[in-house]
Amino acid sequence: MTELAQRTIRPLGERPRLLEMQGVAKVFNGTVTALQGMNLALNEGDFLSLLGPSGCGKSTALRLIAGLMQPTAGRILWSGGQQKGDLGVVFQEPTLMPWATVAQNVHLPFRLRGQGFASVRSRVDEALDLVGLSNFHDAYPRELSGGMKMRVSIARALVTGPRLILMDEPFAALDEITRQKLNNDLLAMRGKIGCTVIFVTHSVFESVFLSDRIIVMAPRPGRVVEELQVDAPYPRRMEFRTSTTYAAHAQVVSRALAQAMGEPA
Amino acid sequence: MTLADDRAAAVWDAEEARRARSARIETVARWVIPVLVVCATLGLWQWYVIAYEVPHYLLPAPTRIWEQLVTDRLILADALWVTLKITIMALAVAVLGGVLLAILFNQSRFAELVFYPYAVILQVTPIVSIAPLIFIYVKEPTARVLICAWIVAFFPILSNTTLGLKSTDHNLRDLFAIYGASRWQRLIFLQLPSALPYFLGGLRIAGGLALIGAIVAEYVVGTGGAGSGLAFRILEASYRLNIPRMFAALALIAVVGVAIFALTSFVSWFALRKWHESAIRRET
Repeated sequence: MTELAQRTIRPLGERPRLLEMQGVAKVFNGTVTALQGMNLALNEGDFLSLLGPSGCGKSTALRLIAGLMQPTAGRILWSGGQQKGDLGVVFQEPTLMPWATVAQNVHLPFRLRGQGFASVRSRVDEALDLVGLSNFHDAYPRELSGGMKMRVSIARALVTGPRLILMDEPFAALDEITRQKLNNDLLAMRGKIGCTVIFVTHSVFESVFLSDRIIVMAPRPGRVVEELQVDAPYPRRMEFRTSTTYAAHAQVVSRALAQAMGEPA
Repeated sequence: MTLADDRAAAVWDAEEARRARSARIETVARWVIPVLVVCATLGLWQWYVIAYEVPHYLLPAPTRIWEQLVTDRLILADALWVTLKITIMALAVAVLGGVLLAILFNQSRFAELVFYPYAVILQVTPIVSIAPLIFIYVKEPTARVLICAWIVAFFPILSNTTLGLKSTDHNLRDLFAIYGASRWQRLIFLQLPSALPYFLGGLRIAGGLALIGAIVAEYVVGTGGAGSGLAFRILEASYRLNIPRMFAALALIAVVGVAIFALTSFVSWFALRKWHESAIRRET
């Protein structure tokens, strides 16, 4: 790890601000309120989960931060202004170019900046090592399993060392075993390179295992209902899943989610 | 290894052997069966002509057609070359024009609104009815035929490539937008590769149509002297009631059509073999 490792994660209260959402709202067709007055302060080093049922606006929030759509009201402010290359994204599907090899896919963000493969070869190699695919440089996506494709997608998201990585339910389509493995590996990667992550999920257990901050959201209209912290130290390994801390947090989060849905806890 | 393991292994081997055998049979059958069918058809034809003493000016026997091919080889080779040249040129211009127009339509909504109606009108109007006009307006004989063949061949390439350029994965488009890709980067790195399978599908259709266009054009406009392709030879032979030569020229046209199809299919497979579903053989 030479070029990708560049950030250290500070404790929760001491992190510098990365971006702020101030009263951000999104209304579709003038009638459907996808997101209502969302305020969010994201700090460097946060692993923040947006948790909620479908229709709660969590994906909309992510797309707004990604700049793929403009808010109807409110604004999103990056500290120090947003630069090209500040973002890495992982979608629910691996979203790889089927005609390109694994290495070419990971090289894409550089290629779009006009940087040829030779000049960033070591970065691509490093990113593929990090996700555990060092032997698959020349494979085509169709030759890989669903989990491996997702690893390529993650490598592509972090290869440029972005300030923020957005993940939109990246493991939702995978089987439970692959999913747990990827959760573990994702935390291990974060431990190595110290990236900031916003992670959209509808799984209480995934959000508790991965994140140190959880934003619980509710639908119709999409809004933030509660913000929680998971103050269990990293690195978290498999044992964390069976610990009492984990169970306690899962219970709190589940209760918040049930309340958000208007159900008796 | 226990006895049960041994037995399992033996069963597995038999199963494997059977599968390998049927795979071998399929490999051979894929070539042998079509060849046998063609040979049988020709044999039946030959037998019918001899048995019923059909005169050669009604239906020549395959052997008679072959003889004619050999006797007329110089005339027919010349004609074949003329037709082949027109077909290849028409296909090349159709590929170039179709792809460039598709890119233009994709990049500029305005250009699409302006030109697309003409593309459709050219496509839906039968070439036989446009050809006499081209005969009047265009003096150069080769150009006449070429224009006709091009009109017939370019539309499948245009419409398929247009569809392909639109059929990019939406998430990939989003990804390109997030990474700040310019529209040219999006075109070159995302849309053109996505459109490749569609374009190649259009190419296979256009290859056959270019030949048809060349033949039809020769029938309609190319008979005015200089055009001496295969279609012209067929017309000429029919005026002289030289039926065997008609069949010989016809056989050459069929061979050219099959060759074009085989070639475009190969190109398509070769370009997509690494990644596209259509070109990948699944293991069973």
